[in-house]
Amino acid sequence: MRLRQARFAYGEREILSGIDLEVRRGQVVAIMGGSGSGKTTLLRLIGGQLRPSAGEVWVDGQAVPGLGREALYRMRRRMGMLFQFGALFTDMSVFDNVAFPLREHTDLSPELIHDLVMMKLQAVGLRGAARLMPAELSGGMARRVALARAVALDPMLVMYDEPFAGLDPISLGVVGQLIRRLNDALGACSILVTHDVQESLEIVDYVYFVSSGRIVAQGTPDEIRASTDPFVHQFVHAEADGPVPFHYPAPPMAASLIGGGGQ
Amino acid sequence: MNWLMARVQALGGRVVDGVWRLGFAARFLALLLLYSGQSFRRLHLTIREIYFSGVLSLLIIVVSGLFVGMVLGLQGYETLQRFGSGDALGVLVALSLVRELGPVVAGLLFASRAGSAVTAEIGLMKVTEQLKAMDMMAVSPIARVVAPRFWGGVISMPLLAAIFSVMGVFGGWLIGVVVIGVDEGAFWSQMQAAVDFRYDVLNGVIKSVVFGFAVALIAVFEGYDCTPTAEGVSRAITRTVVSSALVILALDFILTSFMFRGGS
Repeated sequence: MRLRQARFAYGEREILSGIDLEVRRGQVVAIMGGSGSGKTTLLRLIGGQLRPSAGEVWVDGQAVPGLGREALYRMRRRMGMLFQFGALFTDMSVFDNVAFPLREHTDLSPELIHDLVMMKLQAVGLRGAARLMPAELSGGMARRVALARAVALDPMLVMYDEPFAGLDPISLGVVGQLIRRLNDALGACSILVTHDVQESLEIVDYVYFVSSGRIVAQGTPDEIRASTDPFVHQFVHAEADGPVPFHYPAPPMAASLIGGGGQ
Repeated sequence: MNWLMARVQALGGRVVDGVWRLGFAARFLALLLLYSGQSFRRLHLTIREIYFSGVLSLLIIVVSGLFVGMVLGLQGYETLQRFGSGDALGVLVALSLVRELGPVVAGLLFASRAGSAVTAEIGLMKVTEQLKAMDMMAVSPIARVVAPRFWGGVISMPLLAAIFSVMGVFGGWLIGVVVIGVDEGAFWSQMQAAVDFRYDVLNGVIKSVVFGFAVALIAVFEGYDCTPTAEGVSRAITRTVVSSALVILALDFILTSFMFRGGS
């Protein structure tokens, strides 16, 4: 999976400006950055939901932006994606959710689908929850079901959009370990978009930091921990102010208070 | 002058937005029809939607049809007996229902009961990223989610309108014959003689099919196109009900003016 000088803009507003990034088979890579730094847009470029305004996006030797609808769908069958809040189908049980991609894309017998789904659910520790509906699951469980669904077709590339958002520390650790284990078992490559620094550094092979649409730092977890780069330092140590300012751009406080015309 | 320019610009912006949305809806319809073959191959999806849109709307349709028919019986007899033609009550009830009230009122009820539900469901699926997730799993949401709901509506609507009319005639009979005492033989035989299958019934069925198509399209489009927020979904539901009502009434006028030009 490779991005070369990928740019993306909504109209005049540039979201990504020249991203170079590479993920190899077997690797788990994290893309970190503050909210609104363009991380999710990056995943959408890779999944072909958006087309870059310039630059290249390559997945498994194919240029994603050039694919037609049919070819893109063929490619997506080999990609898994975990959405921020799971995006489980609320009108289907846990079992049917995980069976969904298998039923849509294969001609397997119901018995075989049953066995495959049970194996996937076993892998995420929720075989016992197969009959529950998504509304009956906790946030962490829903995320694990979505993970089982994302890997149902044994994809070569799995993308995770904020897999840790809103999870308690135990679920967070469980999901983190699952991502690593599943990736190693599948021999796939995984891309994590996250701002959960400590948890990610435990499980990933490589980290890219994105800020204002650019990659500002990259390295292995050990290099990142030891980094003296001010941006990385601010991010890893969760400091309120630094290269990423605390204040939204505004006129001086005195002008806002006394001037009357300010906000 | 600036004020005027701003107004003109705002108006222009609205027109451009409207045209753009109309174009988007046309493209959406084309895609919907293109993917309909896929969803028909998996008929159980459409049958499930016929259950949700059609069967679950039965209660409101049956009860409303009955009451509308009973009111027609009372009002119709009141007017007809002044001219000494109370026996023609059956004709009045049947023609009003089959030609107009059946398709129109059933369409309005269908839009508020089933159309709003479809918009809400698709809209919420969009808010919770279920549609996006489906698309990322290489399953077209238009084929899997939108098309079955659309055809479920198109198929249910004429059946509901027919049931509405039947219940209305029954309500008219209940008031006219059982309560007021209009001659039963006259009630039915005059109705049988005056209601023409092609001219009255078939035209009514055509109306209900057209209304069903319009309401189902508006409902799925508003859901699919809504802003993915709580407020966006609520606005989309409101738009579904309001635009469906206006479209049904406008289409009814147009269809009526083509179908019934005096005579018979």
